[in-house]
Amino acid sequence: MNRFLPLIVLAFFVSVPLWLTDQYYLHTLVVCGIFMLAAMSLNLLLGYTGQLSLGHVAFFGIGAYVSALTSLGFSVSIFGYQITHDPWPPVVGVVLGGAVAGLCGYLIGKLAFRVRGAYFVIVTVSFAEVIRLISLNWIELTNGPLALPGIPPLTLGFEPIGYLTLWDKAANFYVVLTFIVVTYIIIKRLIDSPYGRAMIALRENETLATSVGISVTRYLVLAAVFAGTIAGVSGTLYAHYIQIIDPAIFMFLNTVTMVIMVITGGKGTLAGPVVGGLIFGIAPVILRKYVGPEVQWILYGSLMILIVFVLPEGIVPAIERWFGRASAKNSELALEPGKGARS
Amino acid sequence: MTAAQNPNAILAVENVAMHFGGLIAISDMNFHVNEGELVSLIGPNGAGKTTAFNIITGFQRPTKGRVTFRGTSLGGLKPHQVTALGLVRTFQRTNLFDKISVFENVLIGLHRKTSARLLGTLLSLPRERKAEAELRDQAWEILRLVGIEHQAKERAASLPYGDQRLLGVALALAAQPSALLLDEPVSGMNATETGRFIELVNKLRARGTTILLVEHDMPMVMGISDRIVVLNYGRIIANGTPKEIQNDPDVIQAYLGQGVKHA
Ligand SMILES: Nc1ncnc2c1ncn2[C@@H]1O[C@H](COP(=O)(O)OP(=O)(O)OP(=O)(O)O)[C@@H](O)[C@H]1O
Ligand SMILES: [Mg+2]
Repeated sequence: MNRFLPLIVLAFFVSVPLWLTDQYYLHTLVVCGIFMLAAMSLNLLLGYTGQLSLGHVAFFGIGAYVSALTSLGFSVSIFGYQITHDPWPPVVGVVLGGAVAGLCGYLIGKLAFRVRGAYFVIVTVSFAEVIRLISLNWIELTNGPLALPGIPPLTLGFEPIGYLTLWDKAANFYVVLTFIVVTYIIIKRLIDSPYGRAMIALRENETLATSVGISVTRYLVLAAVFAGTIAGVSGTLYAHYIQIIDPAIFMFLNTVTMVIMVITGGKGTLAGPVVGGLIFGIAPVILRKYVGPEVQWILYGSLMILIVFVLPEGIVPAIERWFGRASAKNSELALEPGKGARS
Repeated sequence: MTAAQNPNAILAVENVAMHFGGLIAISDMNFHVNEGELVSLIGPNGAGKTTAFNIITGFQRPTKGRVTFRGTSLGGLKPHQVTALGLVRTFQRTNLFDKISVFENVLIGLHRKTSARLLGTLLSLPRERKAEAELRDQAWEILRLVGIEHQAKERAASLPYGDQRLLGVALALAAQPSALLLDEPVSGMNATETGRFIELVNKLRARGTTILLVEHDMPMVMGISDRIVVLNYGRIIANGTPKEIQNDPDVIQAYLGQGVKHA
C-alpha cells in the first residue's frame, strides 16, 4: 500500500486541472505547490540533519531575484564599471537561480555549521535579513521597494520545435507538479543512500557518527547545498509565475510558513512537507471565504498548535503508525533489512 | 619506549599529558601497541583510561605529547579522520543510534565502506544499486559475526543490555578498523555473554586486527592480553606480560591490592 500511495496521489493531482475549472483555486494550488517545494528543501535540513534554518526564505528569495534579473536584464555600475546584462530566457534564470542559491547554501553551511544549535539559527536568520536589506537598498539592481515587475513567464521548448509560454494556470500547475515529483525522487534517493544515512546519523548521535568516520561539515554542507538549490528553484518558479517580486518576499512569515509545513506534516519524513504543504497552503484560502483576516489567522494558528500538540511528530508518522505498524518502524530511514536496493 | 625504538609499533603514545583545569587526568603517558597485538590498558576508576582513548581518537586534544598511528601523527585530526586511518573505538557508555533499527545502525557504521557516488545515487545507476546491495550483505555479515543477526529489525534501544554492547562493537567493526579500541566492552555482561565476547575478540585477532582493550574484568584481561599497561593516577606504573603484571609489586600495591572492582 505504501508503495502505490504516492502514485495514486500523483494520478489525482495530474487530473486536477481537468475538473477544477475555478482559476482561483488552481492559482492557490500553484502557489501552494511552490511553497511545498521550498518546505521539502527545508525538510532536508530541519528533518534529516536536525538543523533549524530560520532563514530559509533567503534561498527562496535569492532564486526569485536571480531568475527575475536574468530574464529581465539589468544595468548597474560597480566601482565605476557599468555592467549590463541583456535578458536571457527564463529557463536559464531557473538554472542560475538554483545554482546561486545552492552556492549560498554552501557558503552558509561552511560558515554556520561550525556553530550549531541556537547559533546556527541566529546565523541563518541574519543571513536572510542581510539579503533582504540588499534587495531593499540596492535600488539600481532590484528596484528596491518599488518591486521588479513584468517578469516573463516560463517558456519551454527549443528553436526548431517552437516555444510554449506558460501563461495559463494549468500549464504552470503541471510545471510545478513536475518539479515536486522530481524533487521528491531526488530526496528519496538521497535519503536511502549512504549520503542520507550520514545526515540522519549526525542528527541522531553526532559523536557516534564521527567515530564511524562521518564528517560533520561534509554532510551538513551537502544538505545545505541541496536545500539551498531546491529552495532557490522554487523561488524562480514563484518569480516567473507571479511575474512581480519585491523585498517582501523575504519576510520572516514565509520562513515560518515553511517550518510549519514541515513540522505539522512530519519532519524527517518524505511525505511530511507534502501533507503539511497541502494543509497550510490551502487552508488559508478556504478560510478566507468564510471569515475575516483576523479570525483567519487565529484559526490558522490554532490549527497548527492543535496538530503539534495532538501529533507532536507530525501527521505523516501518526498516520503510518495507525495504518501499518510494520512499516511505521522504518518510516524514518525507509530501509528494511533484506529489502535489497533492487526493489 | 617510543615508536622509533619499536619498528613494529602500529600505535604509539608519546609523552602525552592531559590536564582539565587543575586536575591532571594523565601526567605523562608513553606506550605503544604492535601490529596484531592485544594490549590491555588497566587501572582503577578515574586512572585516565577513557581520557587516553579520547585523545588517541581525536575527541580531545592532549595538553602535551603526541600520538602516532602507522607513522602518521594524529595531532589535530578530527575523529572522523582518525577513523579514516583505520583506528576505531567503542564507547564506555553504550552509544548507539537508539531510535533506528539494529540493521540500519550497522549500515550507518559501514559509511566508510560505500563506493556510491553522489550523481550515481541521484540517478539510481546500476553501479550505485550494486554498491548498496553489497553494503547490505556486509551489514548481515557483521551482524552474524557479532551474533545479533536475529535482532536485525529491532530498534537499537530495545535490545537487551548485552546485545546493545555487542551492537556498539558491530558499529566499530563496520568502520573497518585495522586497530580497534574497546572501552570496557564486557562491563555489565554476564559470564556467558563475556565468554561469547572473548570468542569474538579471538576471531578478530585471527583476522589480524590490533586491539587496545580497557577492561576491569581481570580474568578476561589476564586471559587474552599479550601485554598489559597499568595506569594509576594518570601515570603508567607497569607495562608487561600478564604474568609480569600479576607479580609486579607496584601493581599489587596500587591496583590489585585495593581489591578488584567490577569483578
Ligand atoms: N572532560 C573532563 N573534564 C574534567 N575532568 C575530566 C574530564 N574527563 C575526565 N575527567 C577526569 O579525569 C580523570 C580520568 O577520567 P577517565 O574517564 O579517563 O578515567 P577512567 O580510567 O576511564 O575511569 P573508569 O574506569 O571509571 O572509566 C577522572 O578524574 C575524571 O573525573
Ligand atoms: Mg573509563
